[in-house]
Amino acid sequence: MATSVTYVESLRAALHDVMRNDLHAVVLGEDILDPYGGAFKVTLGLSSDFPDRVFTTPICEASIAGVSVGMALRGLHPIAEIMFGDFLALAADQIVNHAAKYPAMYNGHVQVPLVIRTPMGGGRGYGPTHSQSLERLFFGVPHLKLVAASHVHDAGALLQQAVADPEPVIFIENKLLYPRRLMLANNGAVVRDESIDGYGYPVVTLRNYPEGMTPDVTVIAYGGMSWQLVELLERFAGEEVRVLACLPACISPWDAAPAVDCASASGRVLIVEESPVDFGWGAEVAASIYDVAGRKLQAPIRRLGTAPTVIPAAKALEDQVLVSPEAIEEAILDLLRY
Amino acid sequence: MAFHSSSAAVAEAFYAQMALIRRTEQTFFDLYAQGLLAGTVHTSIGQEACAVGVVNALDRERDVIFSSHRAHGHFLAYCDDVDGLVAELLGRSTGVCGGVGGTQHLHVRNLYTNGVQGGIVPNAVGAALAEKLAGQGAIVVVFLGDGTMGQGTVYESMNLASLWSLPLLFVLEDNQYAQSTHKSLEHAGKLADRPLPFGIARAELEADDVFAVHAAAVQAAAHVRAEGRPFFLALHTYRLAPHSKGDDTRSEEELAIYRARDPLARLARQLPVASRAAIDAQVAARIEAAVTRALAAEPQSVAQFQERARWRPQ
Repeated sequence: MATSVTYVESLRAALHDVMRNDLHAVVLGEDILDPYGGAFKVTLGLSSDFPDRVFTTPICEASIAGVSVGMALRGLHPIAEIMFGDFLALAADQIVNHAAKYPAMYNGHVQVPLVIRTPMGGGRGYGPTHSQSLERLFFGVPHLKLVAASHVHDAGALLQQAVADPEPVIFIENKLLYPRRLMLANNGAVVRDESIDGYGYPVVTLRNYPEGMTPDVTVIAYGGMSWQLVELLERFAGEEVRVLACLPACISPWDAAPAVDCASASGRVLIVEESPVDFGWGAEVAASIYDVAGRKLQAPIRRLGTAPTVIPAAKALEDQVLVSPEAIEEAILDLLRY
Repeated sequence: MAFHSSSAAVAEAFYAQMALIRRTEQTFFDLYAQGLLAGTVHTSIGQEACAVGVVNALDRERDVIFSSHRAHGHFLAYCDDVDGLVAELLGRSTGVCGGVGGTQHLHVRNLYTNGVQGGIVPNAVGAALAEKLAGQGAIVVVFLGDGTMGQGTVYESMNLASLWSLPLLFVLEDNQYAQSTHKSLEHAGKLADRPLPFGIARAELEADDVFAVHAAAVQAAAHVRAEGRPFFLALHTYRLAPHSKGDDTRSEEELAIYRARDPLARLARQLPVASRAAIDAQVAARIEAAVTRALAAEPQSVAQFQERARWRPQ
């Protein structure tokens, strides 16, 4: 896999492709111009290649979103960058009351094909206001899609799909994944498969056992959890614990079917998210599994998330507040006791 | 749209539009009293010269309008679709948004309204950027109230519109009240001066003479179109009716002062009695027919709403 591109390279190439192929595409955000090229360098090179359609903005997240909504209403395909996902809170009115509402409240007469890209997640010591996974505030908002790119997804292709989506999309990137190489094929003991959910978005499954065998445990997660899961599957392969991981890209709205299939295969389910579990994504996923496949479960569904507090800046503290590989491993071993 | 403001035909056309707005909104109060109209309604009674003066200064074929919760006047001045508006407020399938949007959420052609104060302003900036990139010479107008001037997005938007040299006309309809609260309790400084530090030119006038508003708006729109720069038109107006329905706490003395300056009555006095009466009769007949047609229409079915708005039942 040494030749595959990194997550950030994949996203960057996708943005260049979009700008080249779609003259209605416009990119805007804070600090995105060259030579800086954005806080995480996803937009590097764009302003040099497409100077008329790349706009650096003042620090005004509400208006970055609001301007994008206006452009989308008028036929453009804006791709906005919010520098840190935490700042989505400033743009919430535009996302919830404008972008997501216009098409339905105008009785289907307009579309808002808008993508807001933003990095989420901790692990880099940025502290309480630059480390959260605030997509949780937007789960379940009607007519809004939340799409999360993991490193086992083709991140760039996923971004292009989000740009082509007629509905507004919050595209969730992950800070720890930017430098990682994408894993788009089998890797060591880990076998990768891909299917399409009911919204047309890819669902990646990973397994550490041969086809035809039954998994012992199913793990459902998204986005930045992917690198821990790949390492875990590799490690469990050596211990002959068969783990099936399911990583959807479209995490809200939620097509439960692919995850239900994975859950039913083992009957022992762990859901992992980088947010407090209370009222979180895992609750929705668990409910949807119980609804359809409750009788196939051999153990109560386990959920793992971050501690219900702020994410500390100090590395030693942050490590304990976030979901650790050890905690995931322990939860899997717990499930095996049923 | 180059009306010569003094001609009799223009006076009659403006009067017809203003009377249509006034009588339609009064009809909404009547329908509410009869229990036929649900929810709320924000009228612009007393402010009609703003809508008619400004919208007639635009190119209806290509210009874009954003407005907020008090938009019936802008809507009617723009498209004259009294049937679509009445049916929308009565929640019928024949309403411009099939009854989904209602009074505060209207869309027809290039006009968009939304009910959250200040949210449409950056949307208008985005639309102006889209028009600038399209290069067809269209401009965008956004109507704001004095209450909306409390929102941060308004100032973010002024900054962006000036920074990026966008064809955006801000129209402040300063009716002195945000719902029940006088602007003196909400705003430091002078609202009409707000655009100046952003490098946005502005004009300011009393809005009880529709011809004066129209002349100022023609100049403002020409400035925006020719210079490719934003402009801020501050109109001093007054809402003669309550914020919504019967929630008025202003004094009779104050209301009397402004009733004497009613822009519709002022224009009416300038018209021959016969032509005024003919227009009044025509307006009344149009509204009556619109109400009759709307009441006879069905509400949109949930199945149709679902198909149009593309949502999935759970």
